[in-house]
Amino acid sequence: MNAKISFRDIVKTYPMKDGVFTALDHVSLDIADREFVTVVGPSGCGKSTLMSMAAGLTEPTSGEVLVDGAPVPGPGPDRGVIFQQYALFPWLSVRKNVEFGLKLMNLPPDERRRRAEHAIELVGLSDFADALPKTLSGGMKQRCAIARAYAVNPQVLLMDEPFGALDALTRVQLQDQLLDTWSRERRTVMFITHDVDEAVYLARRVIVMAARPGRVQQIVDVDLPYPRTEEMRLSPEFARIRNEVWHGVYHQPKAA
Amino acid sequence: MTQLTTLGKPAAPAARRAAGRPRRTLVLNLVAVVLGLLVWTLLATIGVQGLPTPMEVAAKAGELVADGTLLQDALASLRRVLLGFLMGTLLAIPVGFLMGWYATARGLLEPYVQFFRTIPPLAIIPLAIVLLGIGEVPKVFVIFLAAFLSSVVSTFQGVVDVDKTLINAARVLGASDRTIFLKVVVPASTPFILVGMRVGLGSAWGTLVAAELIAAQEGLGYRMQQAQLYYDLSTIFVGLIAIGVLGLLMDRLLLLAERRLTDWQERR
Repeated sequence: MNAKISFRDIVKTYPMKDGVFTALDHVSLDIADREFVTVVGPSGCGKSTLMSMAAGLTEPTSGEVLVDGAPVPGPGPDRGVIFQQYALFPWLSVRKNVEFGLKLMNLPPDERRRRAEHAIELVGLSDFADALPKTLSGGMKQRCAIARAYAVNPQVLLMDEPFGALDALTRVQLQDQLLDTWSRERRTVMFITHDVDEAVYLARRVIVMAARPGRVQQIVDVDLPYPRTEEMRLSPEFARIRNEVWHGVYHQPKAA
Repeated sequence: MTQLTTLGKPAAPAARRAAGRPRRTLVLNLVAVVLGLLVWTLLATIGVQGLPTPMEVAAKAGELVADGTLLQDALASLRRVLLGFLMGTLLAIPVGFLMGWYATARGLLEPYVQFFRTIPPLAIIPLAIVLLGIGEVPKVFVIFLAAFLSSVVSTFQGVVDVDKTLINAARVLGASDRTIFLKVVVPASTPFILVGMRVGLGSAWGTLVAAELIAAQEGLGYRMQQAQLYYDLSTIFVGLIAIGVLGLLMDRLLLLAERRLTDWQERR
């Protein structure tokens, strides 16, 4: 297995009034090329921090993050990031938001236009291409953010609880849409969530993390074939895996 | 700081309400104005000493308009205010950005900005006269200072308050610091800058009359000062009303610009 993203013995500490707070305690993890991995854990387990390191937005105190075998040099368009708070530029229309990254790549205008159209179509926002973010619903905003990330064609998608703020129905729709696009254009996906159902439904492997200090508690393989379907959610196999993950998350032994 | 921070919140509810002001409110506004004029007339006629009636003030206004004094004074005052205000805000915007973006600049500039903010610009007048003489320069300088100090803090706050997620979103798409500044920080802080400009205009206008006490030859403040010597209350009223109307007009213009430029904001 060729690791696309590799976390090597990551430690992250923050100085506190009384001593240091250990956010991540010697975390090692490999994510294969084109693999869909979800990371689930209680708040404070450092799952977002871990993702942020792969994005190049946070540096580990010690250890290293490798992408394609080379240390992460900082943020870059080869790794698309989708934030829980959408992070759309509110003064730009959907299309301009999607074109933001393309402009930075110095593409010729018609190529830029074409790729933006494609990404907007992929997430089903074509009718809203010229709308400002304030006129969109939460789900549409997040779809726009996903289109913006897709447009620059990153090899890795890093998603930080992207559907966390959405209602249950929209969430399920976006999960299916995400899997659909992923199966057509496979990329490596690292998806952070605190929703066990979501974690199991999306991933080939679920990384269960524990808090205080943040560490990998357990890795659960999801041996369900893609494409995932609504029936699978109700299958005994799904229930078994979900229980295993659930148990890993909510019945964690106290750290030594 | 805290005071300016609250002022710096874009889209104050009052300003928002004005946009879709229903007819009913407009009628009530009109009724209030008419009632006010009636009370004023009443007070003047039952003999509050020296108080002119609205009609007398209107007559005086007509007189001052006819001989060109009012226009000349208004233009003189406007010129001073606009000059001071433009220079003040034009300097405040880059300085505010510097302070918001570079910790070093903030560290170096903040003591001065915070200190001078606590001194009413009017208190600078004696110093300005001694150092700058009694021409146009000290007047414009005091107005400039008032406008600068009130808008620099707002701009600075706007830059500091730019949503870090937006900056990160640009960064992960490959944006350089320069791009982030121009394409994210500047547009994101525009609402704060515009609020700062409105506050700056308010204090510039507020400083005007006092600035015109410095041996002016024309201007609304000067005219009122003269009228005071001759116990000419009508002229004082004309001056006051002119200052109020002009101030309101300028504020509305800026508000309009603010709406145009920050239409993208989510107004909750």
